[in-house]
Amino acid sequence: MTTTASTRAVVTGRKSSTPLRRPGFQRREQLVSWAFLAPFLIAFALFLAWPIVHGIYLSFTDQSLTGAGGGLVGFANYAEALGDPVMWQSMWNTVWFTLLSTVPLVAIALLMAALVDRGLPGQWLWRLSFFMPYLLASTVISQIWVWIFNPQIGAANNILKALGLEPLAWLQNPDTNMLSIVIATIWWTVGFNFLLYLAAMQNIPSQQYEAASLDGASAWRQFWSITLPQLGPATVLILILQILASLKLFDQAYQMLGGVASDTTRSIVQYIYEAGFVNYRFGYSAAISYVFFALIIIVGVAQALVTRRKKEL
Amino acid sequence: MSTTATLSPTQAVTVPRAQRAHRPRLPGQKPFGPLRVTAFVILALLAIGWLLPFLWAVATAFKTETDAASGDPSWIGASGITGDAFTAILSQGNVYVWAWNSLITSIAITVITVAISAGAAYAFSRLDFRGRRWLFFVIIASIVVPPQVLIIPLFYEMLAFNMIDTHWGLILPQVVAPAMVFILKRFFDAVPIELEDAARVDGASRFRIFWSIVLPLSRPILASVAIFVFIGAWNNFLWPFLVINDTTLMTLPVGLQTVISAYGVQYAQVMAQAVLAALPLIIVFIIFQKQIVKGVATSGFGGQ
Repeated sequence: MTTTASTRAVVTGRKSSTPLRRPGFQRREQLVSWAFLAPFLIAFALFLAWPIVHGIYLSFTDQSLTGAGGGLVGFANYAEALGDPVMWQSMWNTVWFTLLSTVPLVAIALLMAALVDRGLPGQWLWRLSFFMPYLLASTVISQIWVWIFNPQIGAANNILKALGLEPLAWLQNPDTNMLSIVIATIWWTVGFNFLLYLAAMQNIPSQQYEAASLDGASAWRQFWSITLPQLGPATVLILILQILASLKLFDQAYQMLGGVASDTTRSIVQYIYEAGFVNYRFGYSAAISYVFFALIIIVGVAQALVTRRKKEL
Repeated sequence: MSTTATLSPTQAVTVPRAQRAHRPRLPGQKPFGPLRVTAFVILALLAIGWLLPFLWAVATAFKTETDAASGDPSWIGASGITGDAFTAILSQGNVYVWAWNSLITSIAITVITVAISAGAAYAFSRLDFRGRRWLFFVIIASIVVPPQVLIIPLFYEMLAFNMIDTHWGLILPQVVAPAMVFILKRFFDAVPIELEDAARVDGASRFRIFWSIVLPLSRPILASVAIFVFIGAWNNFLWPFLVINDTTLMTLPVGLQTVISAYGVQYAQVMAQAVLAALPLIIVFIIFQKQIVKGVATSGFGGQ
């Protein structure tokens, strides 16, 4: 399977990506290519491509986890999903969580990065504090925040009391449980966006700041006129990554409520899980998965349209 | 930390911004001007806000259960500092098993992902074969597929493979990372082709070239991808939660989740557990901060 010295004369001085016309060489190049690709392609076929296709098939059956059923039922699962108030409620919860979490997750990250990028002393400490939570498992952050939101002894209510406000039931109240999850999520994942913004800011040439400061532009002015405009592409990307990440809400919402299904926090991924692994309805669960996938595709297409527009302008 | 830059034009050109940790202080900018002080104060407040939840958890972990449950907000409980909660957790043994399981499965996922992605990326970047363009398109398009959508068919597949409740069942579905193929291909595209051509003239095979020229040159990007994959694997919850039921095979996140209810209201123990589980990655982060920050930013942007 190795190319031998016979290729020597042929390739001299050529870009190896240019197809070479000699048949023997080409065949060998084909073989070598597939050898490089094979491990990834096998895994790709087994654990991504096939599950997508098989999932579509399952969504048209009444397959259950217990092995019962499995006959084709046509569009029954999809019809049921579209008429299922719990599905719509989970869809709305997911979108609501995305709306609540995305703006602060991007804005706070921008603020953090803009301040850290000013080169104040204590760089490693800022990075550690903002990014560390991102390294924690969802289980760990859930345990910490469940305790903070404990209505009797939690720190959250201690703070409210200190500010002279009424204590809240946080996770135990349907009116505030989603908000509690949003707060915990901001703390948990803002560090990722912060690092992306920081990297984007470091790509702005420092000469621009030097020139501006020679012209007497204040730091504030420099941020608005130099930093912010050049963060456009990064912001679009961070925003879209954040929306896609928020739409996949499950881990922390599920664990912070101790696995209990709550109508106000059940996300679409949680409903997929419940339909499949609590109610054992694989077919129905697969159908909801594809409804969710459709939502992701819509966001993806919207992003493609927005970025293309931007490029044209 | 900040360097005072003298404004000679040559220097401005020769020091690329990306190599600096942050923006240098500018000439005429006072080290402690009012704006810098304001920025510092806001930054410090944010940092305190972000550290507090974790510090509370640490403080509670060192309290007695009675103090922890009393709701007394002071940092040190009335009965003083105690390591009882940690002793209780560590004496149970499961934590070690889960940490070990997390470590070996995360390493396996990272090694396999990086190896197979690098091979595929090299083929897409350098080799010419039939179907290259559409195959690459299909793989890039699959980046949009959320893993959560696949849990049902994947679980079904693992049942068929008899891999439910095995570490292979946990590892294998996590090794397909099309975004990483994309990132690595982009990096390989930028490696000068002349180096490889020279080696080929000397009769080196593609595999030799890949192994002894391309991979060594790609160490930074490989590290970046590996860090990104490892963090994801270490913290992954949903798939390990579904595929593993045997307590002795669980990873740390899944294992810890099963005992929350078992401990009931033993807050000191729950917090001790959270702190213990958080510690390894925090230590790793403190040691490799630069690489991790860079790695996450590179992979985060490239892997969109």
